[in-house]
Amino acid sequence: MPESNGDKIELNIRVNGQNRVLTVEPYRTLLEILRYELGLTGTKEGCGSGNCGSCTVLLDGKAVNSCLVLVAEVEGKEITTIEGLSLRGELHPLQQAFIDEGAVQCGFCTPGVILTAKSFLESNPRPTETQIRRAIAGNLCRCTGYDKIVRAIMRVANQ
Amino acid sequence: MSEYAVIGKSVPRIDALKKVTGEAIYSGDITLPHMLHGKALRSPYPHAVIKRLDVTRARALDGVKAVITAADVPGFKVKSELSCPEAPHLARDKAVYAGQPIAVVAATSLRIAEEAIGLIDVEYEELPPLLDTAEAMKPDAPLIYPDLFTNRFGRGPTGKDNTPGNIAWHVIFERGNLETGFKGADLVLENTYRTQIVHQGYLEPMAAVADVDGDGKITVWTQNQGLFTARGTIADFLEVPLHRIKVMPVEIGGAFGGKTYQLLSPLCVLLSMKTGCPVRMEMTRDEVLAASRPAPGASITVKMGATRQGQITAISLSMFFDEGAFPERPYSMNAALTGIGLYRIPNLKLEVMDVLTNKVPAGSYRAPAAPPAAFAIESQLDLISRSLGIDPLQLRILNVAAEGDLLPNGAPLPRVGFKETLLKMADTLNERGKSGNRGIACGFWRGAAGTFAASLYVNGDGTVTLATGVADVSGSRTGMVQLVAEEMGLPIETVAIATGDSDTAPYADMSTGSRTAYSLGTAVVEACRDAKAQLIGRAAKILEKDEGEIEYSRGVFRVRGNPDKSITLAKVARSSLFSPGEGPVIGRGSVGMPPFAPMIAVHAAEVDVDKETGKIKFLSYVAAQDVGKAINPAIVEGQIQGAVAQGIGWALMEDYIFDKGVMQNTSLLDYRMPTAADVPPVETVLVEVGSPSGPYGIRAVGEPPMVPVLAAVANAIHSATGVRIKELPMTPEVILKALKAQEASSSKG
Repeated sequence: MPESNGDKIELNIRVNGQNRVLTVEPYRTLLEILRYELGLTGTKEGCGSGNCGSCTVLLDGKAVNSCLVLVAEVEGKEITTIEGLSLRGELHPLQQAFIDEGAVQCGFCTPGVILTAKSFLESNPRPTETQIRRAIAGNLCRCTGYDKIVRAIMRVANQ
Repeated sequence: MSEYAVIGKSVPRIDALKKVTGEAIYSGDITLPHMLHGKALRSPYPHAVIKRLDVTRARALDGVKAVITAADVPGFKVKSELSCPEAPHLARDKAVYAGQPIAVVAATSLRIAEEAIGLIDVEYEELPPLLDTAEAMKPDAPLIYPDLFTNRFGRGPTGKDNTPGNIAWHVIFERGNLETGFKGADLVLENTYRTQIVHQGYLEPMAAVADVDGDGKITVWTQNQGLFTARGTIADFLEVPLHRIKVMPVEIGGAFGGKTYQLLSPLCVLLSMKTGCPVRMEMTRDEVLAASRPAPGASITVKMGATRQGQITAISLSMFFDEGAFPERPYSMNAALTGIGLYRIPNLKLEVMDVLTNKVPAGSYRAPAAPPAAFAIESQLDLISRSLGIDPLQLRILNVAAEGDLLPNGAPLPRVGFKETLLKMADTLNERGKSGNRGIACGFWRGAAGTFAASLYVNGDGTVTLATGVADVSGSRTGMVQLVAEEMGLPIETVAIATGDSDTAPYADMSTGSRTAYSLGTAVVEACRDAKAQLIGRAAKILEKDEGEIEYSRGVFRVRGNPDKSITLAKVARSSLFSPGEGPVIGRGSVGMPPFAPMIAVHAAEVDVDKETGKIKFLSYVAAQDVGKAINPAIVEGQIQGAVAQGIGWALMEDYIFDKGVMQNTSLLDYRMPTAADVPPVETVLVEVGSPSGPYGIRAVGEPPMVPVLAAVANAIHSATGVRIKELPMTPEVILKALKAQEASSSKG
């Protein structure tokens, strides 16, 4: 898609285990690149300003709001999106737990919450309910009241 | 053991897998070759004459393919702005709210479209905005529209006024004699309550993609609560016949009433018509908050009389809704019908008005009108229970309306388990023990009904596919699959559901008012029974018996009294495709507005208030509800828990902050919605008093659990602190101020 301004940069990143080379405008966000250049639309845009968490992806294993990350910041980095969590057709335990516990309603926040939870559980494998609630407080959900999401994360933590 | 094989089981949602893997497609995920990007220029003023609108510079920008204004909308010269409801309302001669679209651009990239917006020259002449309902209602108030005539309903003359005004609807219902009622009371209390404008807060911003092909066929991907209603809005706006428009099914990222409008798709279609290219438009979160369709603010005055024994003798309830700049979704009728809850009130006056102002137009939000009304009525009942020393649940039990009692519009009330739900809540709270920090409130929703059709295709291997055109905003696809499996006596794995587009799917009304499971369910059960009847006919022929001799159970047709003589459904289905005869089996179900199945919720909130900071902490929250019959208890619970969280946001934190009619807090940082750290685990208590109408006794679920929350929280705060708050939101600042005022008055006293 032609752009009216800005010189493009070459970007080397690893997305869901695959090396990708892209030529993109440096002012674009990681979210835009994922959704519109790579077609990874599982990453959602809920607000575009880092307040809702719907666009959460893992950047070198850490959960970030991809709408706040410029492509120039991700050169050489490893990115995991929701599509990368079940690459070989097998669901991640968090994905399975979200299905089984009824933690999915409209599903718009779901990819972001799952990735936040994954990153959180890696650094804190035995959390309390309060810790889980704080950990996902940056991911807004308007459908579930969070109860079943918390339960799903708790279940994986206790496995 | 449950009496049913599939109904009542918490099977996983059929859409869950695609949603946890990111495969699910929402309207903003659609990308088409040569797609353009649309962006709207919006009015910065709440009320301003557009003296000059010049798009020349924008059109000349490289990459811009089209710029449209109201002048490009078919029929704009002759049609009233009020004649096409729920449309984008491109400003014509004047802008009537800040955020109203003035012009829309399509360009080869979003950044070019945004740049072009800045090149549109508009000369505004600001008019004083009407921002207060009391001002707007005055007979000499300036008119927002020269051709808005008040619709009157109920007592007195019904129909439209002759002179224009800013009141869209004025509804009055009366019963008995108020004066006598208040005379017979030992205690009469009158208070005014206020609720604020709040947004549905769906996480998925509005988005639409439209593609018009060379034949003039219009294809639209847009989130909506009804494919056919979206199609109708686009058709009305563009004066195109329905069969030329195809609305595709997409996943919907939260709706709650807020996606019953097509604010983008008609503009996208118009841009696609002008350019010959597909066009995508998406709202930013700022646009969603400032310029979509939030719930209106309300002012509610209630006067209530009760005897010493706790019998309510009379209620006078008057409500004013701040409808904003378009009378799109009148709240008054809902308010009048649900406002007093499910109580038996012998003497009653309900007066409700929808008043227009120069604010963002109001829209539907989960149980429209009922939460503000319940905030007032249930707060008032709480005050009466405190004054009379009667337990709050007991006070409500004393005044429960029963089957056959008349609703305010004179319609008889069908059976609903209000008393059962109150008693169940009493048991639940008894088990938990006494608490001095608890607040009780109830919420009534009279239900809604719609027109729905369903087709059941019996496949050649004995599996079945249900075709519907329903917009799934609450798990309805899963519930419908469960209904089919139950009705057809088939394992759930052999039932599929296909949501068609508006060309191929059976008709479905919008998924609103908590009517989908109930009304569509009625059509689905009918389709199953129709298919079964056809299959029995075919089986009888194959088995060479009369139809009356054939019985069906779990996929097998048997001859009565001769169980060895049988044929499987799979074989009958196969024979229907490959033998001479009647051909494929298609079950058909159609339902037009079945009777309402009312619903009731009873909530108990328990809070702790930090007296230093005014901050609230929930100790517990119990939500009981008569759900009729829960098709899928986990989905029902999830709906209730979600509604409580939304209610907590409304009660404690969410608000529209305006400066001269312009919303100031248009980000999710400043428009603060509850996070996981703000809401408690919500314990649900499902009561199942079957509805007399509808299959399996099901009622609806979605709206009622929103209704009691505002008052339940206010009543709990009163219990915890002795402070009564009558205006929302009850932020820490508000609570702290109230606590200080209480301290000051008690130290004086």
